[in-house]
Amino acid sequence: MSLTFDDGTFIRTEMQTPLPPPRRNVGAIGWMRENLFSSITNSVLTLLGLALVVWIVPPLIRFLLVDAVWTGSNREACLGPEVGACWPFIKAKFAQLIYGFYPAGERWRVDLVFFLGVVLLVPLLVLSWPHKRLNSFLFFVAYPILAFILLTGGNIDASNFLFGHFGLIRAVAGDAGVAGVRLGFWLDFLLTAALCVAVAYAIGRLAAGSGRGAARMTAYAFAGLGLLTLLWDIDFGLERVETRQWGGLLVTLVIAVTGIVTSMPLGIALALGRRSQMPIVRLLCVIFIEFWRGVPLITVLFFATYMLPLFLPVGVNPDGLLRALVGVALFTAAYIAEVVRGGLQAIPKGQYEGAMAMGLTWSQMMRLIILPQALTLVIPSIVNSFISLFKDTTLVLIVSIFDFLGQLRAAFTDPNWATPVTLYTGFAFAGIVYFIFCFGMSRYSLFVERRLNTSHRH
Amino acid sequence: MTEAHSIVPSDDLPAVHTPPSRETAVELIGVHKWYGEFHVLKDINLKVHRGERIVICGPSGSGKSTMIRCINRLEEHQQGTIVVDGVELTSDLKRIDEIRREVGMCFQHFNLFPHLTILENLTLAPIWVRKMPKKDAEELAMHFLKKVKIPEQAGKYPGQLSGGQQQRVAIARALCMKPKIMLFDEPTSALDPEMVKEVLETMVSLAEEGMTMLCVTHEMGFARQVANRVIFMDAGQIIEMNEPNAFFSNPQHERTKLFLSQILH
Repeated sequence: MSLTFDDGTFIRTEMQTPLPPPRRNVGAIGWMRENLFSSITNSVLTLLGLALVVWIVPPLIRFLLVDAVWTGSNREACLGPEVGACWPFIKAKFAQLIYGFYPAGERWRVDLVFFLGVVLLVPLLVLSWPHKRLNSFLFFVAYPILAFILLTGGNIDASNFLFGHFGLIRAVAGDAGVAGVRLGFWLDFLLTAALCVAVAYAIGRLAAGSGRGAARMTAYAFAGLGLLTLLWDIDFGLERVETRQWGGLLVTLVIAVTGIVTSMPLGIALALGRRSQMPIVRLLCVIFIEFWRGVPLITVLFFATYMLPLFLPVGVNPDGLLRALVGVALFTAAYIAEVVRGGLQAIPKGQYEGAMAMGLTWSQMMRLIILPQALTLVIPSIVNSFISLFKDTTLVLIVSIFDFLGQLRAAFTDPNWATPVTLYTGFAFAGIVYFIFCFGMSRYSLFVERRLNTSHRH
Repeated sequence: MTEAHSIVPSDDLPAVHTPPSRETAVELIGVHKWYGEFHVLKDINLKVHRGERIVICGPSGSGKSTMIRCINRLEEHQQGTIVVDGVELTSDLKRIDEIRREVGMCFQHFNLFPHLTILENLTLAPIWVRKMPKKDAEELAMHFLKKVKIPEQAGKYPGQLSGGQQQRVAIARALCMKPKIMLFDEPTSALDPEMVKEVLETMVSLAEEGMTMLCVTHEMGFARQVANRVIFMDAGQIIEMNEPNAFFSNPQHERTKLFLSQILH
């Protein structure tokens, strides 16, 4: 079939059939030629890269594995001219790196918390697994309560709620108690709850015509708070372990997980607030976000630990770790808020209009339409914040909380293990541990990103 | 400009004859709206009867989209009264939600939710707004997907569908709420010429069932075939309003004549 175009007209007589693409650059050689040696500059860069690998990797392997000392009970084993990593040091200090100064007899409690955490977290992370609702409830609600009881020992000393502070209850109920639970406190609690429900009812009645909803919400809030306090107040017979005794990986994980889990909803709320139509809400959110973004985390921790007690009334002295936790969570929330705001801004106006035109309420629109899309968009940045939070937990060292790295540095001072390679071994180990966590988060986020990417699927 | 082309030829199609009732579905009385200093709607008065089909045309920026978007409060009007299905639109959120439940809307860019499947797009509002059980909602959704002739796409995501299919899904999504009134905001303007027809056919069949419709469109063939009244708007005002035959064959206002001479060849 020949067609000429000389006369400027053309009519196709036969449709073309699709052909396979040209077979060029196939196989390993072809791949290398295309990706590694495609030009002189690229060839030079490839060789330089190769040289760098040869320069770094073999000595690293020699230090960590080949020349490393694997057995020994003190520094004697790791002394010598050509000695690599001193792994017995890590072995000897391992428990300390994980638990800190947590009493040896009670460490099963930490193990149980770790174990439950993994058991509940893994099914939550596997997206295709069923029962996500129950799973989230267990992980986000039941687990923290249980972990608190296990780690601290529960049996918090709940004595005065509201009226107790004015000396009103003790006269009636005395100091009677059952299983570590002081009855006076609960009398106080119930009275306060009743009072608050009544006030909520009255306000609701005046403001909206019916106080039922407000009263019910208040009652639920008090019921939740009461259940929580009761669980923490009961004496389960566990020995109390002060947070001062916590340390090592336990503290690192407690700070990181609490920070991640609390900063996420807080950050989303702040982002929504910052985009709110209500000027005062918007202003408060802007002030909050800009304040926390404007100060370094070290300052926050320092302030929370050493300055805050100066401003609080005598006798009110929140736990040191709790203060650090709150600081880290609020700090991260501000960053998350800005990340989420970026995601919200990327959602086209049409999505809002589509949702509104269907009669969805604002919260339904946000929950079902806008946030799922916005959060999917910003997964990389959110995980970025979480990874940086995980690494920033090491800063709690300056307020005398001994996290993983803090325990490690404390271990360096042990004269029993003072060798030239102790420091290198320790930091190499710390590097590996932090890398495993951070790399894990990073890979998981990539997986989730791919799984949720439906919008551009064609 | 594809939007000026009329894909449905006007001559060889029978006109839809579903007489509107005398009941009022939508009423706009002296409606004004400003964007900042800019007066975008000027004294709009319009009464739409139940079962009536209104086509609104006019040049860009004439306020036609803004007007129909005021009807379900995607835009707020600053003066005048809008009554939809017997409920007056005020800033009361409950009333706005009530009206939005009864008024369906289709947009130029479909505004489907890309993270949900077609079926989930359709069942979302029935489940969350009408509180329908999931199973019933899915049945309803499949019914309307069959009606717009794409039931086989139910499990796909919007990004996998063609523009015409997406717009038909958008229509089905609005219908799942069993609306009393449908608003169309240039539903075919973003489509390739070949896909305009399938969307218009869906809209015609909707008209045949007696749905109250307000369409902003430049599909004059559609207007001729379906509309009870055609409205021409310019500079935020209604310039001319007439039944389609008279509107197209004998336009009165100079501005209408100019507009029609430019879009009809």
